[in-house]
Amino acid sequence: MAFKVNCGKQIAVTLLGWGVALWVFFPIFWMFLTGFKSEVQAVSTPPQLFFKPTLSSYAEVFERANYWHFTINTVLVSVIATGVALALAVPAAYSMAFMPSKRTRSTLLWMLSTRMLPSVGVLVPIYLLARNAHLLDTVLGLAIVDMLTNLPIVIWMLFTFFREVPAPILEAGRMDGASRWQEMTMVLLPLALPGIASTALLSLILCWNEAFWSLNLTSSNAAPLTAFIASFSSPEGLFFGKLSAASTLAVAPILVFGWFSQKQLVRGLTFGAVK
Amino acid sequence: MATLELKNLRKTYLTEEIIKGVSLSIEDREFVVFVGPSGCGKSTLLRMIAGLEDISNGDLLIDGQRVNDIEPGHRGLAMVFQSYALYPHMNVYKNMEFGLKLAGMPEAERREKITAVAKTLQLETYLHHKPGQLSGGQRQRVAIGRAIVRNPKVFLFDEPLSNLDAALRGQMRVELASLHRKLGATTIYVTHDQVEAMTMADKIVVLQKGVVEQVGSPLELYHHPRNMFVAKFIGSPPMNFLPATLIGREHSSSIIEFASGSSMHVPVYSSAVAEGSKVTVGIRPEHIEVVEAGEGSGKVEVVERLGALTLLHIRLANGQLIVVQTDGSDTSEIDSRVGLHLPSEHCHIFAEDGLAFEALNRHPLAA
Repeated sequence: MAFKVNCGKQIAVTLLGWGVALWVFFPIFWMFLTGFKSEVQAVSTPPQLFFKPTLSSYAEVFERANYWHFTINTVLVSVIATGVALALAVPAAYSMAFMPSKRTRSTLLWMLSTRMLPSVGVLVPIYLLARNAHLLDTVLGLAIVDMLTNLPIVIWMLFTFFREVPAPILEAGRMDGASRWQEMTMVLLPLALPGIASTALLSLILCWNEAFWSLNLTSSNAAPLTAFIASFSSPEGLFFGKLSAASTLAVAPILVFGWFSQKQLVRGLTFGAVK
Repeated sequence: MATLELKNLRKTYLTEEIIKGVSLSIEDREFVVFVGPSGCGKSTLLRMIAGLEDISNGDLLIDGQRVNDIEPGHRGLAMVFQSYALYPHMNVYKNMEFGLKLAGMPEAERREKITAVAKTLQLETYLHHKPGQLSGGQRQRVAIGRAIVRNPKVFLFDEPLSNLDAALRGQMRVELASLHRKLGATTIYVTHDQVEAMTMADKIVVLQKGVVEQVGSPLELYHHPRNMFVAKFIGSPPMNFLPATLIGREHSSSIIEFASGSSMHVPVYSSAVAEGSKVTVGIRPEHIEVVEAGEGSGKVEVVERLGALTLLHIRLANGQLIVVQTDGSDTSEIDSRVGLHLPSEHCHIFAEDGLAFEALNRHPLAA
């Protein structure tokens, strides 16, 4: 009996899992298909699942905008923002995890609470700061803003991963004559590498997909892929074929990247929950 | 050559004082054990010596030099942790090499030292294994090896055997003792296990709530506990305590009387306490004799036969339960009545504040 019950439960869970996965995946799948349709096919009712694929949308997208320019901007912004965030977050998380003070917990919560503030609430001050610092429409400006918005999450994740490293191992390093810096680089970082990798990955993805600041702080020079997509939703009407082609192009690199690193990513996203 | 001097060491966390003024000197080559119940501050004290905890107040001297503000790695100490704390990402060789490398020792010399230590600890075949591939006992050896290669002035051990199973613990205890004899290095060892303390120590430091209760050789603590806490803590099963009254003195011995009316002469000085005061008589289970008729009697409630010896749990007339250790061939049955004799030379007397009366004669092994 127990076996049967278990079996039924397992089938239910499997079906649910597939259902959710397909439901989440469907928009991306549909976007991918629509990118290969003509504009007429793209808006036809009922929607066409089988059609003669065409590359015309892609051709037009490449003709109208410099895809590589946007991609390079996105890569630069993501990599710089992630790199700087890690460089700041590693020492912060190290001290919070291994030398906590009375206020460590509340500091962490406060940092996280800043994420709950809607970005638009600080749009004007940030815009003015960026303008006065001559950082509008620059890769550096966008990278700084992305870095700062992700910093709380990066610190939180690293903090959680560092906490899994037993403190006596670091103390052993200190007894062996390691300075704080050596203790961090030669003992802690190698041990927390999987955690750091998944944190970096998450930060890259968040930066890659960040649209609000990209649209508000950049125009042409530093515009990343999210701005590239937005440029295809024009006031004259939506051209779903081209929009889909552009979107597919924008998400393709990070999708492939994420596919290869999904193991790390799952670990990173369920941090603390799964040991 | 390494001596340690603790001068009124104190440690305060936030507002709570954990170590309340510990003074102690540790001789060269001495094996000192800090022992006490959990939370007594023994590990904190060790970590203060190691430099892993700040010293809030007082001075720590190694070889006469104040080291309060010297980094842990530069105090010339090596520590073996309870959890071993090996570097999981390095193999055994690299674990032992780490400290030497940081100290800037040339490669050839490092190799030579590690090979020699690995041989002593029978780790030669495991040098390229990662800690995760080793058994508990082997990890323990690596942790000890990592401490030895650095040729420290003082070894610090923080409950190193508590993660091992009983058989391995006994074996490692013997190995550690012989290793200490061979290396002759000053050693401080923290444990809550009194067997480890009794068998390995030259000097035991009994701690309770951040205060040193007594310092002495194992047999000194066993035969001449300074107070009731030490009397209860050292010895297993623990000492029995019986309420009594001091009723007089004779030839410097003390005369006490139990509630039952029986009295006895105990060879301890009692000049500090007034006649008529309440006192506590302490006697170890192994010193009480079961006889046909003695000063006391009771009913056997539990019999624990351990083979070589037997433990009788006996309910006295006043309702108190005491433990008596007899030999393995004891035939006492549950619910039988037995007479008890308390040899006065084995009795300890404690004043109301818990302090022991000084014995007239010191035990020959605890002089």
